Amino acid sequence: MSQSQFDPYVQNGGTTVAIAGDGFAILAGDTRSVNGYNINTRFQPRVHEVGDDLVIGASGFEADALALVKRIQQRIDLYHDNHERKMSAQSCACMVRTLLYGKRFFPYYVYTTVAGIDKEGKGEIYSFDPVGSYEREWCRAGGSAANFITPFLDNQVNLHNQYVPGSHGKERKPRRLLKLEEAMKITTDAFTSAGERHIEVGDSVLVKIITKEGVETRIIPLKKD
Amino acid sequence: TTIVGVIAKDCIVLGADTRATAGPIIADKNCKKLHLISPNIWCAGAGTAADTEFVTSMISSNIELHSLYTNRKPRVVTALTMLKQHLFRYQGHIGAYLVLGGYDCKGPHLFTIAAHGSSDKLPYVALGSGSLAAISVLETKYQPDLERHEAMELVKEAIEAGIFNDLGSGSNCDLVVIDEEKATPYRGYSKPNERATKQSKYTYDRGTTAVLKEDIYKFVTVQDLDEMQVDV
Repeated sequence: MSQSQFDPYVQNGGTTVAIAGDGFAILAGDTRSVNGYNINTRFQPRVHEVGDDLVIGASGFEADALALVKRIQQRIDLYHDNHERKMSAQSCACMVRTLLYGKRFFPYYVYTTVAGIDKEGKGEIYSFDPVGSYEREWCRAGGSAANFITPFLDNQVNLHNQYVPGSHGKERKPRRLLKLEEAMKITTDAFTSAGERHIEVGDSVLVKIITKEGVETRIIPLKKD
Repeated sequence: TTIVGVIAKDCIVLGADTRATAGPIIADKNCKKLHLISPNIWCAGAGTAADTEFVTSMISSNIELHSLYTNRKPRVVTALTMLKQHLFRYQGHIGAYLVLGGYDCKGPHLFTIAAHGSSDKLPYVALGSGSLAAISVLETKYQPDLERHEAMELVKEAIEAGIFNDLGSGSNCDLVVIDEEKATPYRGYSKPNERATKQSKYTYDRGTTAVLKEDIYKFVTVQDLDEMQVDV
């Protein structure tokens, strides 16, 4: 006979996309929060400003995501008190790793992304797995529709499988840093397309654009079905 | 899936959404869930797509044979009995949840049939994962003897409740209206979820894809046949 046991995790869906370029970083996340076939809310922000021109993206289990963001915020406030200076994205990522790994055997069920701007003014993105393994990247898709968006980003941002015409597959098309509006188009199309084929993606996208001027917020509407 | 049916004044209206899913993935954005059993009997299907399609086309064939044998127009209760006896024999393993509606010599009829073979006879019904959203609309607004266009709008509203509030339902709303004279299907009666235009065009310059190896064969075998060898 089977016994029902404690089940502390829920999959609330949510998808994030991050793209870094020269002078900017974009972190976008859809705002639909779900439970099974039900919609809990059509507007649950999944990307969070935590000050110091840093943005955190967190999707997966909503309760854990919000708890994690709250602890990150607390640690940034402590950092200000102790060091009296802005926290860099690199330092933030290093700190987020310790928070995640600190719960190695009862993890935050969250796919985390940290976005900011580095010292040279280049966009900076760090992506994490739920237990704290992280890496700096130029682009990353996280959450429930990551499987759909990753190959699109590979092809359009990193130009995978694209060769210089006439080189017969010998010479790869050279990578270039995206402009902000190019990256916005890619982000928008990634979400509208994912929304066509994944039931948990929809309602709207909340986009945070980080430049040296600060953080700008945009909202892109999505289909509501 | 969201499927509904209502009895209106001198007609039956069936409706369905058009989303087919495989887990969290949308397998088909515009599938048909309204199945023809006979010209005066239609069936909306939820559950296992293959089961609703096969059970429906099988009963459609048998209804046609029965109609030819008896020299009468098919009756809705005949289709109902054939469907439920077939489903009961398979003890629920055929995952077909159906809304059966039609107009025959005894007037308009509406039934639901569950996979285990049970059936209900009601004036308004909803089935599928979006049935709670849809039945909420029907419980609020249904009344007996609705006019044809009123019934169509009510069914549309019920289906759209499923489309927007249930993740298992989406895209468009299909309808079929069956009266004494004929059945009129409305494929895409409402399309509240058109895709937004893409920001970029995503065309590639010729030669962008690596051609690693190329072989060109000039001919396949060509043989002229003698006229006598040709089967007719």
